[in-house]
Amino acid sequence: MARRRVRFTFEGDSVTEPVIYLVGQEFDVVTNIRMADVEHDFGWVVLEVDGDHDEIDRALAWVASKGVRVDPVAGDVVES
Amino acid sequence: MTYATCLACRECGREFPLDPLHVCDFCFGPLEVAYDHDGIQSKISRERIESGPRSIWRYRDLLPVDDDFIVDLNVGMTPLLRADRLAEQLGMRELWIKNDTCNPSWSFKDRVVAVASSRARQLGFKTLACASTGNLANSVSAHAARAGMDAIVFIPHDLEAGKVLGSAVYNPTIVAVNGSYDDVNRLCSELADNRQWAFVNINVRPYYAEGSRTLAYEVAEQLGWRAPRQVVAPMASGSLFTKIHKGFQEFQRYGLIEETPVRMIGAQAEGCSPITTAWRNATTNIRPVKPNTIAKSLAIGNPADGYYALKTMKRTDGGATAVTDPEVVAGIRMLAECEGVFAETAGGVTIAGLRQAIANEQIDPDESTVAFITGGGLKTSDAVVDHVTQAIPIEGTLQSFEAAFAEAPQAVGVGG
Repeated sequence: MARRRVRFTFEGDSVTEPVIYLVGQEFDVVTNIRMADVEHDFGWVVLEVDGDHDEIDRALAWVASKGVRVDPVAGDVVES
Repeated sequence: MTYATCLACRECGREFPLDPLHVCDFCFGPLEVAYDHDGIQSKISRERIESGPRSIWRYRDLLPVDDDFIVDLNVGMTPLLRADRLAEQLGMRELWIKNDTCNPSWSFKDRVVAVASSRARQLGFKTLACASTGNLANSVSAHAARAGMDAIVFIPHDLEAGKVLGSAVYNPTIVAVNGSYDDVNRLCSELADNRQWAFVNINVRPYYAEGSRTLAYEVAEQLGWRAPRQVVAPMASGSLFTKIHKGFQEFQRYGLIEETPVRMIGAQAEGCSPITTAWRNATTNIRPVKPNTIAKSLAIGNPADGYYALKTMKRTDGGATAVTDPEVVAGIRMLAECEGVFAETAGGVTIAGLRQAIANEQIDPDESTVAFITGGGLKTSDAVVDHVTQAIPIEGTLQSFEAAFAEAPQAVGVGG
């Protein structure tokens, strides 16, 4: 079992999609929302995702394919 | 002996030991080093600082490292130049340039990496790591070499060879990741959790960030123990910006300088300006962006400390600017031509941002102002190579010289 801390950023149509519910249905992962701020056309959710390492990878790739930006919780780490 | 006592969450205040941690387990807020302020207050003085080494380690009472573990490349105490010619161009009365191009690997990153590498050594790490496209990798590689530590640097696979050289010469392990910047972000965040490596801006980030405060300490000391009334600094993650302000606040708290307000103005390039955009939209919700600017050293689309940079602006009656790439080039040239300082593109952003802030009345041209130049121009020479003076071709004869020189657009005084 592994745990990943991630931040989902929703913009446009992705705000209205039940992505977090669906990822738990489609993949063998457990999501735990820890912080969130969602407006009508924009929002972010910080959550933990528990599951098998490869299953988490697949789940997060699927989330990204839905137009949701997936980032590490601490922001960008690639610096100049 | 360090006066650092613990790591504290910037959001919920929960405390953690001085370990390689960067995120609060409870609320996921960022962790920051906390200090024994009474202990510092009882020891620190202007005289004690002035008698210290001419480097950031003269402020060691304020840094989270014990003396025995310091990795010393003689970082810091870079020049603070009174910039009268540039001030005249901009219609300002008192302008100073903090020239951090003079650090060992030619950027301000040496400050943060000096502290991170020292703390990593104290924590028992044998390997320094980072994900970087330039300045940070250069500094990590240099400090690891100096400390006798291993270095591992992750870069995007398509990074130009010239940008790798400034790291490669120190013989780190360089890993080129076949993927996007986002892929490198995700991979390194995972590795930081799984490997016994000190990723300077991930698992030891709280210590790393503390190094930026030394910029403010030096400016205050070099100004004759006073803070400027206004600051213009570039923003990438936003950490440097917030820590400069914190540095001035600390000197005020310890009675080393008078309590005067310091207005903080942040500068970004339009092609990557998530913090400035949030400021202009009067929101603290920062929307990540895909960077598209020549100011690559500021190209962080999802800034970790953007929220705190916005709070700093608000608290100091400050603001934010965003400038175009042509303005960045003009800023680099203006600084070089007026003051003899060749800055990388981030410096062009700072000077162009200063100009914009004056025009927008965010900066009072009559108040003392410090502009922070954070990296040397040879790192981003591609950005200006087509915009600078070209050589005048002549034959090796006096006649050829006189003919060409008479038509030269910037002929120097004939009698000189």
